[in-house]
Amino acid sequence: MSRVTVRIPTPLRPHTGGADEVGLEGTTVGEVLQRLGAAHDGLLARVLTAEGEPRQFVNIYLGSRNVRGLEGMATRVSDGDVISIVPAVAGGAHKSQRTSARRA
Amino acid sequence: MKPETFAAHSAERLLAAIGHTPLVEIPLVAEVNPGARLFAKLEAANPGGSIKDRPVARMLTRARAAGRFANGRRLLDSSSGNAGISYAMLGAALGVPVTLVVPGNASRERLDRIRAHGAELVITDPIEGYDFALREAHRLADEHPERYWYCDQYSNPDNWRAHYEDTAAEILEQVAAAVGQIPDAFVGGVGTGGTLTGVARRLREARTEVHVLAAIPETFPGIEGLKPLGQPGDIVPALLDESLIDERLPVTLDQAVAMCRRLTGLGLFVGPSSGAFVHAALTLARRRKHRTIVTMLNDTGERYVSTGMWEPATQR
Repeated sequence: MSRVTVRIPTPLRPHTGGADEVGLEGTTVGEVLQRLGAAHDGLLARVLTAEGEPRQFVNIYLGSRNVRGLEGMATRVSDGDVISIVPAVAGGAHKSQRTSARRA
Repeated sequence: MKPETFAAHSAERLLAAIGHTPLVEIPLVAEVNPGARLFAKLEAANPGGSIKDRPVARMLTRARAAGRFANGRRLLDSSSGNAGISYAMLGAALGVPVTLVVPGNASRERLDRIRAHGAELVITDPIEGYDFALREAHRLADEHPERYWYCDQYSNPDNWRAHYEDTAAEILEQVAAAVGQIPDAFVGGVGTGGTLTGVARRLREARTEVHVLAAIPETFPGIEGLKPLGQPGDIVPALLDESLIDERLPVTLDQAVAMCRRLTGLGLFVGPSSGAFVHAALTLARRRKHRTIVTMLNDTGERYVSTGMWEPATQR
């Protein structure tokens, strides 16, 4: 069991009480994400399909590498690893944009 | 002809190629309402491959005419990609140096094309999303006013005016030629708010009861170029006239992509926001209250190949 950090994209932070990172334990990327989902209601359905794979337009990175190019959800993790959940293309908007977007 | 004169003529011709896009018909509407017609503007026909050529051409040329780029000042803006391509393309053609703040998760196709035209890219952390890129653009503009002219597509009135004067005028003319009517419904979405504000405003002037529907994406992973709006605290772009919106219809990314796949069977290859609009338009048509619906096909599906959007489900 390794201790890793999961980086949370801004649109999902309401699910984590605003936290941009969550520390979790697990042996694989999939196990870590399942634990993330168990701890934060509603988050996992946004990230993974019912089969436990990343949804379309969602990428999971281990460090700088997309796990699709590794062993997917079965990719093993080590102490200190960082997992990032990143939408495949930029889009959407969040509370912090309101002020700046209204500026002339 | 002197080289600089030739370049000016070339840029003028490129600018003239923007807009006047085809109006295609989407026969899928007959499945849900045989009495309705659904039309869509094929914006991938623009030289930059998306609807963003229209507002960017107007914002950039007017700023240039006003002398905003004197003394080597650069155009600065944030973009999630399509506007960035238009800025880079037209900046190259017009000799305007361009700096763009783009989130690192913009698709590879977008980033490569922006670089190809010679624009300077400031890439922001993708985990922080588009809001971070927007803040970074503001910061750069505030800290280096002598270096940058901040175009700000979210508040620049030339954005919505491009759609009011051109996009909407084309819609009215083309739909009239096709069915002899003014549209009674318009389906769009909100990115900067420029298209919806400009087109809906002009259509409403032509027909006060026109129904304006905004497709609202889920918050994550979202739909490229569309803002959720429906959630408390979500962005309301400064130039958006929300009073024009009669209805907001939620559309998931899965629904949008499924519609893109259906549209390929009609010979149309478009991106997710276009799929979201057509999905929303068919939902509206199913109610059998509107007979002439118009929407936008914002960009080409080729711009999303690297996202895996077009891969068979078994390979994703």
